[in-house]
Amino acid sequence: MPASPASTLRFAALVSLVGSLLVAGSAVLLEDRQSSNRLLDRRRKVLDVAGLLAPGERLDRDEIMARFEAHVRPLPIDLQSGEPAPHIEATTFDQRRASQDPALSRPAPENAAGIRRLPRHALVYHVVEDGRVATIVLPIEGAGLWSTLFGFLALSPDTRYIRGIDFYEHAETAGLGSGIEERPWRARWEGRRAFDDEWVPRIEVIKGPAGPPETAPYAVDGLAGATLTGRGVTELVRFWLGPDGFGPYLARYRARGAVP
Amino acid sequence: MTSKRDVLLDPVFENNPIALQVLGVCSALAVTTELATALVMSIAVTGVLIGSNVTVSLIRDRIPSDIRIIVQLTIVASLVIIADQLLTAYAYDVSRRLSVFVGLIITNCIVMGRAEAFAMRNPPGRSFRDGLGNALGYSLVLLFVAFFRELLGSGTVFGMTVLRPVAEGGWYQPNGLMVLAPAAFLLIGCFIWVLRWWKPAQVEEDFRVRALPEPGHQGDLR
Repeated sequence: MPASPASTLRFAALVSLVGSLLVAGSAVLLEDRQSSNRLLDRRRKVLDVAGLLAPGERLDRDEIMARFEAHVRPLPIDLQSGEPAPHIEATTFDQRRASQDPALSRPAPENAAGIRRLPRHALVYHVVEDGRVATIVLPIEGAGLWSTLFGFLALSPDTRYIRGIDFYEHAETAGLGSGIEERPWRARWEGRRAFDDEWVPRIEVIKGPAGPPETAPYAVDGLAGATLTGRGVTELVRFWLGPDGFGPYLARYRARGAVP
Repeated sequence: MTSKRDVLLDPVFENNPIALQVLGVCSALAVTTELATALVMSIAVTGVLIGSNVTVSLIRDRIPSDIRIIVQLTIVASLVIIADQLLTAYAYDVSRRLSVFVGLIITNCIVMGRAEAFAMRNPPGRSFRDGLGNALGYSLVLLFVAFFRELLGSGTVFGMTVLRPVAEGGWYQPNGLMVLAPAAFLLIGCFIWVLRWWKPAQVEEDFRVRALPEPGHQGDLR
């Protein structure tokens, strides 16, 4: 069908308009459900990494929310000073979005973890049992081999030992690097020492087996065929435990305890 | 291609988009390590394919032919984004595991191929059946591949343990190759082999390098 340029343009504009209306409409209509899914997923991961979920245990939405509310205290902090930031709303705060917003973040200092921007605020979690902090959960992220890894690291209440690690988003090689989100490897982290006596992060994913924590306190078994993913994990864990990550917050916590 | 056969069932075995036309193989490699992701991916592709076929068919007489590809692409892209939004809202877990591959349906050759080759010159009803048929053909291969990759690679079917792996105290040693992308190639190859053994008409003519006819000789090159 021969068409005049004007009618072609009109048609293109109309198709674009209808398409954008449908896309925008679906985004707006589904936003609530999507953000509640994201919150639920984050909370489940926090429970999991803190050891509050039994292996293979499946909980529905309400059970996860209830268990989270019963045991976990989200705590927004100022990343640079380590001080609490009570004006930040913990349920809606999105650290990843904040890292991309120039007003809410700053360029990261040079680092080996592939992190470009640091958010001004961050959300840490205290798992409270019998009125005392039993576990501290920190969000971590950084470059693996192919992709950015997003996850959580759980520390003992004295911040010296690792209680657990988990990654909830990555695109590492399926079957090799993807082992970082599977239980057998994650279990290797438990009981290792994160810091040395000077509070310098020393934990490292090595190549090959590391042995039990008693003989290799700072080393975690490497995943066969995923040396570079393991190296990325080492760098990002050390970064977030270090002075540009949660170092100031952890130092403050050790000095003054959990009470703001 | 344009036989009198049913446009719905034809693309499942007779003219399967993956097995015969060898389209859309990329996603068949990426999302088939487990059945759950393959099933959700199949549903998403089915929705998009039917939606794009019907929409393109409805406005096929009005699409200016010089911009028809980009119009088809706009329609497909809109549908894919909506499918992605629906998945993050209603199947969050699986959508996270599918990650970027839902968005990549936009570049799935089957969707654009059916819009351009079929929906542009057929009424909406036939286009609907063609879309559904091709989606079924795609889904069949995806689920076939995913079934074997999950069963042999992890010892499970839809996440339920069938062959208990050694690591969990069972006897089955999972086949690591199955969780890697090349396994999908092997399985698609087996699928095509079985299909062509069953329906020899799909076997392509042998590709042969023929000698040039000697001068003066009436060769069989036409």
